[in-house]
Amino acid sequence: MQYHSPASFAEASQLAAAATGTTRFLAGGTDVLVQLRADIVTPDTLIDIKKIPGTRDITRNADGSWTLGVAVSGAEMGEHAALVADWPGVVEAMNLVGSTQVQGRATLTGNLCNGSPAADSVPAMVAAGVTATVTGPNGERKVPVGSIPTGPGRTSLAKGEVVSALHIPARGEHAGDAYLRFIPRSEMDIAVVGCAVNLRLDGDTISEARVSLGAVAPTVLLVEDAAAAIVGSTLDDAALDRLAAAASAACKPINDKRGTIEFRTQVAGVLARRVARIAYARAKGEIIKGHHG
Amino acid sequence: MALDDLKTKDFAFVGTRPNRPDGLDKVTGRAKFGADAHAPGMLHGAILRSPHAHARILRIDTSRAEALKDVKAVVTRADFSDQVPFAPGLEGEFWNVLENVMAGDKALYDGHAVAAVAATSALAARDALKLIEVEYEVLPHVTDVDKAMQADAPVIREGATDYSVPEGMHPNVVRMHESGHGDVAAGFAEADLVIEDHFTTEATHQGYIEPHACLATLGMDGKGELWCCTQGHWIVQKTCAALLGIETANLRVTASEIGGGFGGKTTVFIEPVALALSRKANKPVKLVMSRSEVFRATGPTASASMDIKIGMKKDGTITAAEGIFRLQGGAFPGGPAEYTAMCAFAPYNLTNVRQVGYDVMTNRPKQAAYRAPGSPMAAFAVESVIDELCNQLGLDPIEVRLKNASREGTKASYGPRFQRIGLVETLEAAKAHPHLSAPLKPGQGRGISCGFWFNHGGETSVSLALSEDGSAQVMVGTPDIGGSRASMALMAAEVLGIPYDNIRVTIADTATLGYNDVSHGSRVTYASGLATIKAARHAVEKLCERAAKKWGIPVDAVKWENGCAVPSGPNAGDFDPLPLADITADMGRTGGPISGHFEATPEGAGVSFATHIVDAEVDPETGKTRVVRYTVIQDAGKAIHPTYVEGQFQGGAAQGIGWALNEEYIYGEDGRLQNSVFLDYRIPVASDLPMIDTVIVEVPNPGHPFGVRGVGETSICPPLAAIANAVSAAAGVRMRNLPMSPPRILSALKAHG
Repeated sequence: MQYHSPASFAEASQLAAAATGTTRFLAGGTDVLVQLRADIVTPDTLIDIKKIPGTRDITRNADGSWTLGVAVSGAEMGEHAALVADWPGVVEAMNLVGSTQVQGRATLTGNLCNGSPAADSVPAMVAAGVTATVTGPNGERKVPVGSIPTGPGRTSLAKGEVVSALHIPARGEHAGDAYLRFIPRSEMDIAVVGCAVNLRLDGDTISEARVSLGAVAPTVLLVEDAAAAIVGSTLDDAALDRLAAAASAACKPINDKRGTIEFRTQVAGVLARRVARIAYARAKGEIIKGHHG
Repeated sequence: MALDDLKTKDFAFVGTRPNRPDGLDKVTGRAKFGADAHAPGMLHGAILRSPHAHARILRIDTSRAEALKDVKAVVTRADFSDQVPFAPGLEGEFWNVLENVMAGDKALYDGHAVAAVAATSALAARDALKLIEVEYEVLPHVTDVDKAMQADAPVIREGATDYSVPEGMHPNVVRMHESGHGDVAAGFAEADLVIEDHFTTEATHQGYIEPHACLATLGMDGKGELWCCTQGHWIVQKTCAALLGIETANLRVTASEIGGGFGGKTTVFIEPVALALSRKANKPVKLVMSRSEVFRATGPTASASMDIKIGMKKDGTITAAEGIFRLQGGAFPGGPAEYTAMCAFAPYNLTNVRQVGYDVMTNRPKQAAYRAPGSPMAAFAVESVIDELCNQLGLDPIEVRLKNASREGTKASYGPRFQRIGLVETLEAAKAHPHLSAPLKPGQGRGISCGFWFNHGGETSVSLALSEDGSAQVMVGTPDIGGSRASMALMAAEVLGIPYDNIRVTIADTATLGYNDVSHGSRVTYASGLATIKAARHAVEKLCERAAKKWGIPVDAVKWENGCAVPSGPNAGDFDPLPLADITADMGRTGGPISGHFEATPEGAGVSFATHIVDAEVDPETGKTRVVRYTVIQDAGKAIHPTYVEGQFQGGAAQGIGWALNEEYIYGEDGRLQNSVFLDYRIPVASDLPMIDTVIVEVPNPGHPFGVRGVGETSICPPLAAIANAVSAAAGVRMRNLPMSPPRILSALKAHG
């Protein structure tokens, strides 16, 4: 195994482009090292990107948007009061991953590039409209994060491409986001269903919404029908019923050790209702702490 | 035992709560567990495991692995003894264990060992496994207990069935148990209500935090040393010697500290393999299991399919009870079907009772003991039906259980008459407990259940040696899995009359003490405790002899009081009390070292009962359950160290919560285990558990000098049923299948409408 710790993303990209066999990028390592130890994936080339300058930075840009380095840990996000105030849903989703110890290392980018449809932070990022800068042999491109995972363990990143930064939009006024997942236990578990809602209000009426589901299809879903079900409403019971129905209808789950098709489909609707209420309350200015489980 | 040997009150040390002697080592990381051993020149072992649930092994080619520079030995079944006889049922247990630790002609389950490598590093050993070629002929498999009994089920092994099984049953049914008394048909005819129902439980793993680990050395001279994590090193010694074809005494086994066992470390898995590798490589070999190997290839408990029929009169009298219990224990005989059957109705005084158990083989790992093996699932099925009878007849569940409770003199459902037992006392304590009358919130339900376990005595040896300064060392042979060193020291202190801190209790290795059975059957505080008391009394006899000699009076004129020899009465003479340390200071000159010994197989373990009260809350939209309040009430006979008794009570409840709600072995259509890591094998995490309240009931066991009953296992007997009754009440629908996972609850709610 070759281990590299490049000083720039351009160098990281070159190393990856030139590598043969299996290549893995190492940020927090909470998936890569576990897979290595469990003899699931033994990379031929391991490229440690967390020593690249800026990868631990959380930056608020002049326009109110956020840029997050790829090695920013979940714990660092949770301790960043301004980020939590703007995007409580994205932060609470990331903070649900693993244990306190894992939170000290695990990253949004790693959670995204691991390609798991059950990744907690991804529905929240998709609902928030997060984009990623991808550095490759031919320079940089910017893509919505939802386009990166293409199926369990697979991504759209080409050989030599590496995610070099994440961008969260400016929060703007009268808006809120939230994420909930269903697990049978209270923590240290993996989502059987995950749901994120990000919305904006005009008075009491929802003017914009994005609804995303995790663990109910091969990739995280952005459910436009579910968003349409609540836009223009005050999140009354009828709107919540429409939202739940649309969320359930969008599910394309499988039966597996973590849950059944029937269960995931029903719970997606249940969670959508519950998450939408939290996002709505946050948009109204209420402080609602993250749910850990 | 004569009654005057019994001491049940006025204890000086027993019943206090000092810190455990091994506590500092364990919280500072100084304690040495299985994987903490190293030896000069040590190699690292790794085991190749079958990916198939059932397959004939046509060919194993190890040549490519052996050709690697770092590889020092490769073993297959050919490297073990060929003198271990096959026999039906449990008579062939050594053969069963051998076949389990290294497959012979067939791989019998996903994870079954087929070859092993020793190499200069753990990584080299792991990579070498990939070079071993195994040609398999995949065979049809079965992992479900009911399907394994059907006519078209694949036969796992012809000839494994013993004499107890009637003709005409599938060869996968390898043992049968039937017992009871009275006339159940007549009893059902007398009932006002008869309920008959079917229940299932899944296999669960003990989930001990420490994976199996060992360091083995076996030289060309046939002499070996083995360090391993085990609940009993003499059984390891005996089994490994048989499997390797060496003399028992030539293998010295030392038990490491143990990170949990719960019955799962009462046999061997990797130890004979490490010894075989060491013999071949002529170097020490260390073998450590991964968690995935622990799940796939050690012994979870059995899964069960059960039919229960109980008749009750309107006044709550049970008129008859009948149960059929089918347990699969993996690809070998040994599923605890007879224990399930015998425990099922033991809490109740029944005129008419019949129970039948079937031990069934499937393509799963060989089951191992798990805390009261077989009893928790029986209680789940029986106590669910009793709960339903109470619901339908409008009767109070505690009163009904009190009305039918087994007492002293009751003829047990499984045969003998009970001696002094404490079931009624646990029920009375439950009735008086504030938990039982606390209001429930909407969406919550309350359940109760009783549970029973036999407890065990077993072969036991203890030595106690006094030092010149008056301190004492106690050598016991039962690994300390629940604070037993503290309990032994308290009991020795009570007899000797010296401070707890002046007694050091050591787990002796197989070369320095006589034979000891495994730490199982809730036997340690009972049997090693009894032996410690007797060994201490033996030393006290010698102390009294030295005092008598010094004073020039007969030994029967000396008695032992508060750590001193004293004249037994005014007629014996006027001598100042002679403290223990004064006698031991001179012992070299007055007759030599003073030690006490005791060896026996004590038979008076004393059965134990418990009653649990559980409040559960079910989210009707997601089927998610939370246990919100839990109370364990159990008869401990006499709690030697109450903190560790409470710990056992809480531990049983915690494991029961996991078993009831989310833990399960999940097999795919391909017969492979789907969830061999803690991410998907959903054991409760700390935040899943409520504070588990405990009440220690003390009804002394006449079979122990201080009245002790084992407490380790009974605590896991009631939880499955108590939780199921609580969840059923909260959900408004009877839950008959464990685990009561959210998808299962949600689908039951849907079916119920």
